[in-house]
Amino acid sequence: MPSISNGVSHSREGVDMSSRIDEMFRFQQTALNLRAARQELIASNIANADTPNYKAKDINFASALQGALAGTTEKLPMTASAPDHLRGNAGESVMGAPVQYRVPLQPSADGNTVDMDVERAQFADNALRYEASVRFISGKGKDVLDALQGF
Amino acid sequence: MSLFNIFNISGSGMTAQSQRLNVVASNLANAESATGPDGKPYQAKQVVFSTVPTGQVGEGVKVAAVVADNSPMRVVYDPKHPMANEQGYVTLPNVNPVDEMVNMISASRSYQNNVDVMNTSKSLLLKTLTIGQ
Repeated sequence: MPSISNGVSHSREGVDMSSRIDEMFRFQQTALNLRAARQELIASNIANADTPNYKAKDINFASALQGALAGTTEKLPMTASAPDHLRGNAGESVMGAPVQYRVPLQPSADGNTVDMDVERAQFADNALRYEASVRFISGKGKDVLDALQGF
Repeated sequence: MSLFNIFNISGSGMTAQSQRLNVVASNLANAESATGPDGKPYQAKQVVFSTVPTGQVGEGVKVAAVVADNSPMRVVYDPKHPMANEQGYVTLPNVNPVDEMVNMISASRSYQNNVDVMNTSKSLLLKTLTIGQ
């Protein structure tokens, strides 16, 4: 069925082409968004390294990406009309993926579970993978341009 | 965009750590202040950090309170001191220089960590801008 935008009706081929290009970028785009969100979480952990009772948080990237790509995690929140109704989303979530607490290797006396070595390593790792995704997207963009321009 | 929010998170961390460093500086500078505006010896101060929600999932830091250290004051026998009592004892601040130096190093390292985080986010954002170029 032809889609109509800006009052102009596109042919079936045109819609398929643009959605196919969209589909090409979707994986890396989702990955990039998740990486940025994870970077924010780890930055919070590093900033709160001295806050008493702060618990280090992270997401399971692989399952978060799978969920975000499948679109299964984007649920609408349930309406709570009474105080004892279940809330649709009990804890925090990043793009639908639950935020989990890190298991501390060396618990500290003030209840803080931030291990700076782990956080710095994860931060650097995440930054590198973010950059990789940026390059993959750029590469895909060049592929599309090459296909459009021919030889 | 969550990468922009990292500036707020790390910025709050840097503000909190510099406030902690400020308190350390005040404590060390007043380690020998036997009297103050209220006529009492200086009492060491400590900051209390707490999280503050920043953005959707991130949490920044803020100094919830600056509390007075309630550990016992240092009492030194010095009859020549103008603030000495009848028995010749002077009450001096309860500042522990070793604790303060440790606090100083910890604050400085945490500050550096936040600066690094901010720089990484900045370079990631700049690289994101090069997509499609």
